[in-house]
Amino acid sequence: MKAKVKEKTNWPVMILLILGLITVAFPLYMTIVIALKQPSEMTNSIAGILSLPKSFSLSNFKEAMEVTDFWNSLKNSLLISVITVVLSIVVHSLMGYAVGRNKAHSKFYKFVYMFVVSGMFVPFAILMMPLAKQTAEMGLGNWVGVIILYVVFYMPMNVLLYSGYLTNIPIALEEAARVDGASTWKTYWKVIFPIMKPMHATVAVLTALAVWNDVMTPLVIMAGTGQNTLPLAQLNFQTQFGTNYNLAFASYLLALIPIVIFYIICQKQILNGVVNGAVK
Amino acid sequence: MRNMNERKRTYLLITIPILALFICFNTVPLIRGFIYSFTNFKGFGDYDWVGFRNYVDLFQDPRVGKSYLFTFKLAIVATIVTNVISLILALGLNGKIKGKSFFRGAYFIPNVLGALVVGYIFNYFFTYILPGMAKMAGIDSLSGSMLSDTKTAWIAIVIVCAWQAIAMNTIIYISGLQTVPEDVYEAGSLDGATGWKKFKHLTFPLIIPFFTINMVLCVKNFLMVFDQIMALTKGGPAQSTESISYLIYNNGMSGGQFGFQSANAVIFFIVIVAISVAQMQISGRKEEQL
Repeated sequence: MKAKVKEKTNWPVMILLILGLITVAFPLYMTIVIALKQPSEMTNSIAGILSLPKSFSLSNFKEAMEVTDFWNSLKNSLLISVITVVLSIVVHSLMGYAVGRNKAHSKFYKFVYMFVVSGMFVPFAILMMPLAKQTAEMGLGNWVGVIILYVVFYMPMNVLLYSGYLTNIPIALEEAARVDGASTWKTYWKVIFPIMKPMHATVAVLTALAVWNDVMTPLVIMAGTGQNTLPLAQLNFQTQFGTNYNLAFASYLLALIPIVIFYIICQKQILNGVVNGAVK
Repeated sequence: MRNMNERKRTYLLITIPILALFICFNTVPLIRGFIYSFTNFKGFGDYDWVGFRNYVDLFQDPRVGKSYLFTFKLAIVATIVTNVISLILALGLNGKIKGKSFFRGAYFIPNVLGALVVGYIFNYFFTYILPGMAKMAGIDSLSGSMLSDTKTAWIAIVIVCAWQAIAMNTIIYISGLQTVPEDVYEAGSLDGATGWKKFKHLTFPLIIPFFTINMVLCVKNFLMVFDQIMALTKGGPAQSTESISYLIYNNGMSGGQFGFQSANAVIFFIVIVAISVAQMQISGRKEEQL
């Protein structure tokens, strides 16, 4: 009898959730309408600011692209994010494998594991100044340096995730491959790397989101190169927008669009990845 | 035997270069920062050893003290606000509603957006939209910009920080609520547990591990707050919203206080480690009780 009762929708909760969505939607709505308007349409009342634009024009976006060197910044952001994610998956999974398979019986690997993972507690604030000096000395005060730093910064978290995931993969799988005469290196790429695919997805999502939105690292390392990432361009060109808020908002919207598209396409993987990363 | 050696060699060949990279860009700068903290280095030119003078000065510097007070106030208030709202939101989103996945997806959007750009958008909101609304509604106390008043600027920063963090914490709470088996509630309802009682005695104890994760995430992220400050106030008005990270960046990188702010960063590092260790021990103890 109990199973027959169909679950009723809880309408009061439903209505509250819809109202709550306004807090998420309003800032985005505001961004879109202001980005589409001309300064002349921005009357002093907020009704004038928040009303829908009278005519549809993309001229703000065109101008914002020129002012903030949009395509170049987008290219830098994409380049840095994609290379960092690929390197993270390769380097961190290898490290997670070497450390994860040995830390139970080897003091050395146990130490390496603790050493790397405790890097999670090091705030960027303490590394920032020495790193700015160090990367400049090494000729790495550019996007290449930024990528290397990201690979190092996200290593503690990702090695923790990978070596944790490995404990669920039976050693027997590798043993079988070894009996067939495959080297450890080959076994890793043929057997272990493909099996860790769910963890690759988690690592990719977490690393991509963190890198794409990061401001501090490129701000400190790439200062003076004249190159920008998308968020950095917003910071560096802020003064050029002046009081032309329509131009500024067009630029903000341009900076947000790529990640929103990425989110819409990979929503499921992103939500799973974020939860996996946090819970493990 | 040959097999054994091949395996060991491969593991070492993987570990050594990656470990070297990590040491080069994490451990070495950490040590260098520590060394700089005992100098009067300006960021360029010559410098002298000054012993512990930077540390002594640090504890007497009102600006540094103010930034610690502000950062902790922000972190504590934002953590409480974020966790209360996300827990309520998660309970709602896990309830009997239509379009669950739509709501979950929509409520998560703030978290994927970059904090700096979000900060700029809210900057405009606090400067023009909110005072405009307040005037229309006749609320005089809000008719000025929240960001230009030393009493309210920090609240604006809490709101922006929470707006993004709630998205993240809610998702984690939802995954926690999903681990609570249905029969726990059934057993509870036989005992007459409803509403708040049900939450306090049944739901909450079961999701404590998730509560811990959220607390750790929140406190750590909020203590390191930077982007939001950069976009909303740049530390103002009257240096009332300078977070520790912002002060280290601003005065250390361009203010000629490289050595002094290195000492500040060392203290900040110790504070972060102490808090993280304390949190893990407290949460470890709580989970044992279950």
